[in-house]
Amino acid sequence: MQEELFTSGRNIPHIDPFLQIWHWPISLYLFLGGLAAGILFFAALFYVLGKEKEYPAAVKFASIIPPIALSTGLLALVYDLTHKLYTWQLYTTFRIESPMSWGAWVLLIVTPLSFLWLFSFYAEIYPKTEEKLQLLKKFKFLATFEQFLKTNRLYIAYALIPLTLVLGVYTGILLSAFNARPLWNNAILGPLFLTSGLSTGAAAIILMAKTKQEKHLFGKIDLGLIIVELALIVHMIMGYYAGSQVQLEAMQLLVGGDFTLMFFGFVVLLGLIIPASLELIELIGFKVPVIVPAMLVIIGGLIFRFVMVEAGQLTRFLY
Amino acid sequence: MRYAMIIDTLKCVGCSDCVVACQTENDVPIGYCRDWITETVNGAYPNLELELKSERCNHCDNAPCVRCCPTGASHIVDGGIVMVTHDECIGCGACIESCPYDARYQHPDGYVDKCTFCHHRLEKGQLPACVSVCPTKCMYFGDLDNPNSEVSQLLKNRKHKTLAPEAGTDPHVFYLI
Repeated sequence: MQEELFTSGRNIPHIDPFLQIWHWPISLYLFLGGLAAGILFFAALFYVLGKEKEYPAAVKFASIIPPIALSTGLLALVYDLTHKLYTWQLYTTFRIESPMSWGAWVLLIVTPLSFLWLFSFYAEIYPKTEEKLQLLKKFKFLATFEQFLKTNRLYIAYALIPLTLVLGVYTGILLSAFNARPLWNNAILGPLFLTSGLSTGAAAIILMAKTKQEKHLFGKIDLGLIIVELALIVHMIMGYYAGSQVQLEAMQLLVGGDFTLMFFGFVVLLGLIIPASLELIELIGFKVPVIVPAMLVIIGGLIFRFVMVEAGQLTRFLY
Repeated sequence: MRYAMIIDTLKCVGCSDCVVACQTENDVPIGYCRDWITETVNGAYPNLELELKSERCNHCDNAPCVRCCPTGASHIVDGGIVMVTHDECIGCGACIESCPYDARYQHPDGYVDKCTFCHHRLEKGQLPACVSVCPTKCMYFGDLDNPNSEVSQLLKNRKHKTLAPEAGTDPHVFYLI
């Protein structure tokens, strides 16, 4: 029988801790990026469908969130870089094989678009602020610009639909592109993060919605997305089970390891199954305050990013 | 031209001279290293087998770090050496996450650093620092494209392995076993 008894690893103290180099800002950004992508996707979609009047929260009111989320997320991303002064190097090139390069460029387009989208609705959703500040009246060019945005809003919406999908998928592909981290290295992470982002986006719209009709519709959408997400998580776990030794060992972190409670307790149960059940009960006709499932989905989505980023960095190739 | 390094695990005694030589030659900050020694004991008592290895960046042909780098700071130069341009590196850490050998680290100055096969010494026709100081002469360095080079001959005649070949990276540091 051959059994490995002992591996010293690196005989140099201090080096291994440096391998865990992605910290909380990355998890936070992955969550905020997904959330913003979800909200903007629904805003653009419902605008294109001509449902602006019926679903004002989705198209207008929730659009305050993406610019804040994306700006915070970008700050978090830059904060986690160690060579910050050279950040501009991202925009000197486009590396087709690097998901991070894709993400950097997509963010460069989506972030300004999210601001423009919000600004085009500014006078409509914040009439009191406008009355006080009189921005559009005082500054002629702002009024002209707003008018320009309003007439071209449809084009922005058409651009946002594919761009937000790329943004949502990219948050997952960013992790799954690393074959050195077996927990991340599965093709399902992209769709899974996209679904989770759309689901948290729908939940945020529910929180902002004022009419029952809108809350109901997004409750239904969220329910559907949660079911898809649960199916994708089952697929992910099955993929690990069918995987190689390194993936089996990586899976141990989620199934019967340090992250089991966080993953199955907080993400799957509290973040997906319970809100889905509550939304179902609500759709049947019982009274459930919608803030409860919506908040659970959002917090679950945040914990999910933290679990995946933290756990993934503990897994590695063994040789 | 395709540089490769060969380490004879039967001759290596794990003295760490290569580590110190590298730290001195390349001004590696204290607490960090570009190469390191691993010590593995295999078998069941009383039939134990000890393997000592000096490890470093494998200068892969299919380098995941180069693929993941968003700025092109990580790139492959002549001879198949994977290099990092410090002024292009933003310190995002994607390459560190993508390396199956965990061969990279974030330099305290911010950029990502790793073994360069002592590219600056090769340009002067010298061997990498680690190879040149090895007291047991267990390290070999040369051109794999030249069938008569010492490294080509060793790989032809001796049993050898690479690290984590299942990662599909096509590494170019070989271990004689």
